[in-house]
Amino acid sequence: MTLTSADYGALWLTFKVASLTTLILLFISTPLAWWLATTRSKWKPFCSALIAVPLVLPPIVLGFYLLVLMGPEGPVGKVTTALGFGTLPFTFAGLVVASCIYSLPFVVQPLQNAFESIGRRPLEVAATLRASRLDSFFSVVVPMAKSGFLTGGILGFAHTVGEFGVVLMIGGNIPDKTRLVSVQLYNHVEALDYAQAHSLAAILLAFSFLVLLLMYTVIKTPARIRV
Amino acid sequence: MINRLKKCVSYCQSYAKAKLAHNALLALLCLSAPPLFADEVLVAVASNFIKPMKVIAERFEAETGHQAKLAFGSSGKLLAQITHGAPFDVFLSADKDKVTRIIDKGLAVKGSEFIYAKGRLVLWSAKSDAVESTESTEALRGVLEQGDFDYFAMANPKLAPYGAAAKSVLARLELTDSLKDKVVMGENIAQTFQFVQTGNAALGFVALSQIKDLDESEQGSHWLIPTDCYPAIEQYAVILKTASDNPAASALTEFLNSDSEKKLIRSFGYD
Repeated sequence: MTLTSADYGALWLTFKVASLTTLILLFISTPLAWWLATTRSKWKPFCSALIAVPLVLPPIVLGFYLLVLMGPEGPVGKVTTALGFGTLPFTFAGLVVASCIYSLPFVVQPLQNAFESIGRRPLEVAATLRASRLDSFFSVVVPMAKSGFLTGGILGFAHTVGEFGVVLMIGGNIPDKTRLVSVQLYNHVEALDYAQAHSLAAILLAFSFLVLLLMYTVIKTPARIRV
Repeated sequence: MINRLKKCVSYCQSYAKAKLAHNALLALLCLSAPPLFADEVLVAVASNFIKPMKVIAERFEAETGHQAKLAFGSSGKLLAQITHGAPFDVFLSADKDKVTRIIDKGLAVKGSEFIYAKGRLVLWSAKSDAVESTESTEALRGVLEQGDFDYFAMANPKLAPYGAAAKSVLARLELTDSLKDKVVMGENIAQTFQFVQTGNAALGFVALSQIKDLDESEQGSHWLIPTDCYPAIEQYAVILKTASDNPAASALTEFLNSDSEKKLIRSFGYD
């Protein structure tokens, strides 16, 4: 194992981006998933499709369009510049925004499934006990959808850690600012430093295995199917 | 009975017609086919040379009758594929180092390597008034030192030969430190080009061939860096061992080296 300080910097930065992204996504996705699970609006299929688009689009393509949209000539870039934030590409904040878009479906969909599987009945019971809508959401829905929150959080985090194409396109490879571990790994491979690449890849692999192991250990779903 | 005979005759006639058509088709096929003993050559091409190589491959096919199939990628990735058994015949690298490595590993025909193109570095902005084309390096220094921009793009010097050239230009102008906080790096010269083209980086070191490829309205302004400011960007080609007895492979390298193709390559922005 011959990790340099640049490798450790990249690992730490990845951890920061992934944690922040997961937190933000849990906040955004909860109302979004709740709306999707309960609405009868004709816009529902449209919104569901829009949220799922990052699943289909190749990350490099997504990254390229984000670069164009958030650049000084792009509509988003013009807004952020007018608000005094400057442009987002090549910044830590830009990476977090891009990661949120990229990992959104991975958090929304488990949450939506969890909400939908609760059904109307527990909420109706809560209403007969005079619980307000907000109260019944926090004391009935959230505890019942615990596994959805866990799955969504872990998947969002893991998916952001593995993010490559988007980061490559809008990051600009700046040490300790935008150079995440996947890009660092790619740099090693492209520079033919295979030994270094193997060490970093081993860490990434061990990490992802642990995360998934954690996920499947914590979420102990009772065996419902018996053969 | 007569009817039967008629049927038989018409059958024979149609058979003869069909046979005639068949023979004619065969003759036609023979005529339109490329010269005898046409071979196929699979070429691994460094990404920066995609455009010229597509044109050259067409001309090569028309001239020699051999087939040239192209695979693109960064030199580093192509090198990794070749060392792990990719079935390429000729490798057009973006630098010398990767060709040397392949020869050292015994995977290429020693002595078959040659320079097929020399890259030219330019300082480029998508805006038409950002860079003035002058002879003096002091003017370039002025533009970069003034620092009236947020980001400055170059290719990663560890990965791309154009990045290494850009790095040595900055070192020569003693600007490495003052620009350190503004530098963003593309993993290759194409990505660096995108950073500047989309306006995300105000300025950047890119390849002349990339700008030549643009419409006039998009060319912005550039400054051709004098060649004595950076080590030459020599792109090497080599024939791989597996193709040592493939006539199409040696035909292609000869074709690349011919005066007509050298002229064509220059028109794409190489030396």
